[in-house]
Amino acid sequence: MAIAFKKRPGLVIYLTTGDPDLETTRLMAIEAIDAGADVIELGVPFSDPLADGPVIQRASQRAVLRGTRLEDVLRVCREIRAARPQAGLLLFSYLNPVLRMGLEKFAQAARDAGADGVLLTDMIVEEAEEYRRVMRQAGLMPVFLAAPTSPDERLQAIAEACEGFVYAISRVGITGTQAELAGDAEALVERLRGFTKLPIALGFGVSTREHVRALGEFADAAVVGSAIVGLIERTPAEQAPRAVGELVQQLCGGAKTA
Amino acid sequence: MDSTASAMGTIAGAAREALGRFGVYGGRYVPETLMAALLELEAAYAAAQADPAFHAELDGLLKDYCGRPTPLYAARRLSEMLGGARIYLKREDLLHTGAHKINNALGQALLARRMGKQRIIAETGAGQHGVATATVCALFGMECVVYMGEEDMRRQELNVFRMRLLGAEVRGVGAGSATLKDAINEAMRDWVTNVRSSFYILGSALGAHPYPTMVRDFQRVISRESKRQILEQAGRLPDAVIACVGGGSNAIGAFYEYIPEENVALIGVEAGGRGHGLGEHAARFAQQGGGVPGVLQGTYSYVLQDEAGQIAATHSVSAGLDYASVGPEHAMLHDSGRATYTSATDAEALEATKVLSRTEGIIPALESAHAIAEVIKFAPRLGKEKIVMVNVSGRGDKDMGILTREMDLSGDATGTGKVSAR
Ligand SMILES: Cc1ncc(COP(=O)(O)O)c(C=O)c1O
Repeated sequence: MAIAFKKRPGLVIYLTTGDPDLETTRLMAIEAIDAGADVIELGVPFSDPLADGPVIQRASQRAVLRGTRLEDVLRVCREIRAARPQAGLLLFSYLNPVLRMGLEKFAQAARDAGADGVLLTDMIVEEAEEYRRVMRQAGLMPVFLAAPTSPDERLQAIAEACEGFVYAISRVGITGTQAELAGDAEALVERLRGFTKLPIALGFGVSTREHVRALGEFADAAVVGSAIVGLIERTPAEQAPRAVGELVQQLCGGAKTA
Repeated sequence: MDSTASAMGTIAGAAREALGRFGVYGGRYVPETLMAALLELEAAYAAAQADPAFHAELDGLLKDYCGRPTPLYAARRLSEMLGGARIYLKREDLLHTGAHKINNALGQALLARRMGKQRIIAETGAGQHGVATATVCALFGMECVVYMGEEDMRRQELNVFRMRLLGAEVRGVGAGSATLKDAINEAMRDWVTNVRSSFYILGSALGAHPYPTMVRDFQRVISRESKRQILEQAGRLPDAVIACVGGGSNAIGAFYEYIPEENVALIGVEAGGRGHGLGEHAARFAQQGGGVPGVLQGTYSYVLQDEAGQIAATHSVSAGLDYASVGPEHAMLHDSGRATYTSATDAEALEATKVLSRTEGIIPALESAHAIAEVIKFAPRLGKEKIVMVNVSGRGDKDMGILTREMDLSGDATGTGKVSAR
């Protein structure tokens, strides 16, 4: 199974669900899809997002304080699926909220909500046997992270465990925006190509149209998170869906204000 | 929690060992970026363990630099006052820098040096692990960055100054409840970002494999010594060993050599804080309002959390015990019943501080005072022929700020050496 990216590079957009509120998340996701996003990653807010930089940390904290739960994220997922049947929908979470719900129950609920796949930030391939079995049973695609620091034998295991696409981390570090794409990125994608035919999406620090264009030379899709979440932070809720749509359009190169 | 247990517990035998499992607990749940570093650490640690030169250097420094072996001291006045079991104190408070933390910091720093890492990262709660790490970095000429919650910086300000005096950079963390958990998050973010150049000296038996095993091995010296000492002094093993449990490093070190000795009861004491509600304490194993198995900061163990799986706030008068999860080996010892876990409240710990100070002339750290509080409850229930050993994990110098705020001693001291009941 692979996620079909309609263009090259495809675009994956990360949203922290529940920031600023659930309804705005739904509207922003739909705007992003209509503006050209191939996949929406619905982030499950967590109290201790240790792989995230300040922007997503703050968004996560706001959403947790508003009481956003995994159940809420699943409901938003279902609503987006109903509105946009063709879009790729990925649930993006730290492990603990999923464990608290129960792995099997979560997988069923995610499937029922119309999700295509799941990415758990702190789930590594060695620990994933049971998780992969449950995902497979529910017909969900597990996506794992591949890092510039991962040696080849790990990349191979990661590539084999991934379905839908492989999420390559562009640089050593946490999420956040950056001025330039790290030199690590291209070498990582090249190494991954040796192990998989799945599309490879590149994320962490991808924040501008320039980045997207540049990585399109070697990767299949860009994942943009902090740039979107930061924009949402700066924008009043009622204007956020439109602003997100415009940024996505710009990232796709069809910009009004590029 | 059925599916949780099965999700985490299907690996068996040697594979389980290799993944750092303690029963179903432990493991490695981290961002992929850290995996290469954890594997490198695991291999380097295994090589060091097998190298007599590593042990010789570690043992030499533990002796000449840190002051090991620490005494095992028969606390006669405390035993008399309580009127029950004979109490022995394992004096980790007498170590250089004032707590057991240096046993581990020294071991890991030696390992970092072997691995050629010049930049050290650490987190700290009470500041004792931060001070220990800053100390060994000064000793080896390494760069040292310590993350500390801003709330902890306030309540353990003496240790903040000590770290800076030792040449470490202390970075305050304002996120969350600005305590130990938040400091670990920030230290892990630093490590993810600087993983190629930096070594993370984690301060308790927590985190992803190999940390819980490695930290336990470095703290194991506590029970190795105490076992020999009690045999020398009392001619037999103790009936119980008591230690406070934050992340669980001093407790696992104090327990470890006694685990096969089934007649020795092992009692861990958590922070009971100021109430039973979530957010009021750090008693992960409490029946009421305690934790449930989950993943925090790399390991599967008991975690204080709400029903949505968000990590709960914690409270303790003691910064070193104020943490939402607990080392995975303790989770296993808890479930198997080999160790039992109880708690002491803030008020009990403060009272115990006073009691030990006035009966024995030993001012314990507030963390260790939780263990003393338990022995105050426990020893009177036993006959005089019984022996209870308590690990005094650290000394109370760092806590004078908190104590002056929390205790009113005016008109309290009688000058007679009597302990006044409050
Ligand atoms: C003196 C002392 N005892 C105990 C602890 C708790 O840690 P652990 O449970 O790892 O021994 C600390 C932590 O800061 C400490 O400083």
